[in-house]
Amino acid sequence: MIGLPHYLIISAALFSLGIMAVLTRKNAVNVLMGIELILNSANINLVAFSRFSSANLDGQLYAVFVIVIAAAEAAVGLAIVLSMYRLLKSVSLDKADMLKG
Amino acid sequence: MDTTQILTQIVFYSFAALTVFSAAVVVFARNLIHSAFALLFTFFGVAALYVFLGADFLAATQMVIYVGGILVLLIFGVMLTHKLYDMKLKAETFQFWPALVVVLAVFSTLVLVMIRTRWHDGGTQPLNPTTARIGELFMKEYILPFEVASVFLLIALIGAAMIVRRRSE
Repeated sequence: MIGLPHYLIISAALFSLGIMAVLTRKNAVNVLMGIELILNSANINLVAFSRFSSANLDGQLYAVFVIVIAAAEAAVGLAIVLSMYRLLKSVSLDKADMLKG
Repeated sequence: MDTTQILTQIVFYSFAALTVFSAAVVVFARNLIHSAFALLFTFFGVAALYVFLGADFLAATQMVIYVGGILVLLIFGVMLTHKLYDMKLKAETFQFWPALVVVLAVFSTLVLVMIRTRWHDGGTQPLNPTTARIGELFMKEYILPFEVASVFLLIALIGAAMIVRRRSE
């Protein structure tokens, strides 16, 4: 029988892979992809708890709000990446060190 | 165990494997375009998991917003920041092994906690269509967060346009 821990473990795997992308990738777009993975894993958790714990739909509503945040984050993040590309001719995060003393 | 249950488990595990495997491709692929297309399968697999969890509205939303919106935006990001016919779409990595150690530690801790905790079992609810109830909740109990989210999206829209516009000197 497929229970709550199955979903939690899938979500933990997605979360760890997202952290991995954020930590190791130099390309800013790739880091954004990692953040999307992390938000998706949080969503799986919310929906799974909503299904297995109580009769109401609160978890699914929170998941909708997380999707809203993810859409806004992708739009603003891409805007920042594009203006960084215009400024530095590169999207490598190593190049964005102007604030370093 | 009857055939339906076995079939359900097979489908569940194949979608779970699809999700996790394509997420791994996103993270470890050497080519950025491969990462972007693997992300498509990850989002698709997550939508399938929502279907298993009885969240039909969320599954549709996931397909429309993530696959139709965010993924296209990310591919735009890849294409606009690289020369398209340049075969050097290689993704550089750094700190690979330390990050792998940290991530494996986080993952094993999470899995241990998840397996050992005795989760409150509220019983599995029957599968009902959720769209009408979600709409009602948004218009009643959750009207304030709903409005805040819409204003938030408007702010993000204006902000993104402000950031990328060409400044006329």
